[in-house]
Amino acid sequence: MDGSTKRMKRSATIILTFAVLSVTNPLQGRIVHREQSLYQTILVDDTGSRRCLQFSVRRDQRNQSCIDLKYPQRMVFTYTQMMMAGLLLTPNPKKILIIGLGGGTLPLALNDLFPGTLIDVVEIDAVVVRVAEEYFGFQSGERINVFEMDGRIFTKRALIRGDRYDLIILDAFNGDYIPEHLMTREYLQETRTLLGTQGTLVANTFSKSRLYDHESVTYASVFGDFFNFKHYPSSNRIILISMAGLPTLDLLQSRAERWRKRLRPYRIPIHNYPDRMSRTTDWDLEARVLTDQYAPANLLRSRNRHR
Amino acid sequence: MSLELLGGRLLAPYFGNSIYVWGSIITVFMLALSAGYLTGGWLSLFNPSLKRFSLIFFVAAATLYPLTMITEPLMETVFQAITDPRWGSLVAALVLFALPTFILGLISPYAVRLLVDNVDRAGNTAGTLYFVSTIGSALGTLATSFYFVLWFQMDTIILLLSGTLLILGLVSWTAARKG
Repeated sequence: MDGSTKRMKRSATIILTFAVLSVTNPLQGRIVHREQSLYQTILVDDTGSRRCLQFSVRRDQRNQSCIDLKYPQRMVFTYTQMMMAGLLLTPNPKKILIIGLGGGTLPLALNDLFPGTLIDVVEIDAVVVRVAEEYFGFQSGERINVFEMDGRIFTKRALIRGDRYDLIILDAFNGDYIPEHLMTREYLQETRTLLGTQGTLVANTFSKSRLYDHESVTYASVFGDFFNFKHYPSSNRIILISMAGLPTLDLLQSRAERWRKRLRPYRIPIHNYPDRMSRTTDWDLEARVLTDQYAPANLLRSRNRHR
Repeated sequence: MSLELLGGRLLAPYFGNSIYVWGSIITVFMLALSAGYLTGGWLSLFNPSLKRFSLIFFVAAATLYPLTMITEPLMETVFQAITDPRWGSLVAALVLFALPTFILGLISPYAVRLLVDNVDRAGNTAGTLYFVSTIGSALGTLATSFYFVLWFQMDTIILLLSGTLLILGLVSWTAARKG
């Protein structure tokens, strides 16, 4: 490498560093709480009226859960709103299971909407539960039970008890690391039993990387047809499954119309959802199914898709 | 080490993969290895031979192989009996991995006895042996966690480990017959 290229590289590095600093700093906000748990670093940060729960110190970390302190009902993030599309498949759930608490936005909203409904929340990290209570207005109570344990263990225990749920929301993938035992065929089979014959499953997962193919064939192998609901700017996608069979587009639209007003305070554009819920197979059918025997989800996530 | 890594994976569906699961596995491996070292040293007192040495490998291979079959039902039983995942994972790790790890622990001290021909060089021989065995552990760890889990089912990896031990046993058996 000659001297001029070296100089150019150096000045480029300096310019880039400044650019990164000037972009990240104003967005950084004020950190109100920082705590190291057994599993992750947890940060609570305020930017204007927006309070966010972040699960890592990395600056580029975008997986987080936010609330608007002025309008606490509003769902700040698109993927949180999208998970409420589950209500188009099961309009009146009596018993709900949520795996992964985050800031507690979903259980609070569902408790508002269905005051008589029993909600079980499973969260592995006790610090997340405490932070959600102290900073995000989350409150467990008569209708919301929190279980501080691994989601897979909870599921197995619930099977032994013979429990059934009308709606299960799987929202456990919130950081750089995927709990691999929550993404296998065996786990999904256990979850399917918990759903009974009528239940609905909503899973917040990934739409990028080679993992997309493996995860899609795994879900298809257990549940058959499902709705694939993607959000392109982020890498989120929501998988929606109904044990009673997927509703027609007409039914989805009429349900969305009925929900439209009730969900307005939460900022959920539910009337846009039916058209975006796809049943098309757009993944590599040759990809290997993930099982308890073969579960390299984190390695697959760092690989690019073939096409 | 390869087996230890797989252990964490095998226990995850029943006991999660939190820090206590790794604590259980490492505890069991350390206990079983230490008992194996002690016993291996003691065994080397009685007519040590390459032939007997090869038997250790055969037994190790034979105790590893059943892991591909008994893991599920055993963990199911422990899961039903013990609610606390810490004690559950400890008991499961003990039942599953203590025996094969104990047998593997016999190898090093027995090998020291076979390789040492004079006391002056004993330290040197033991050092070389530790070197080989620890390098082997490092490579096994790397290969398993970086590649094997991406290519193979876990049962296949256990089968590979068992097969490798069998081959090593055969090699030392043949050497014993020739020598």
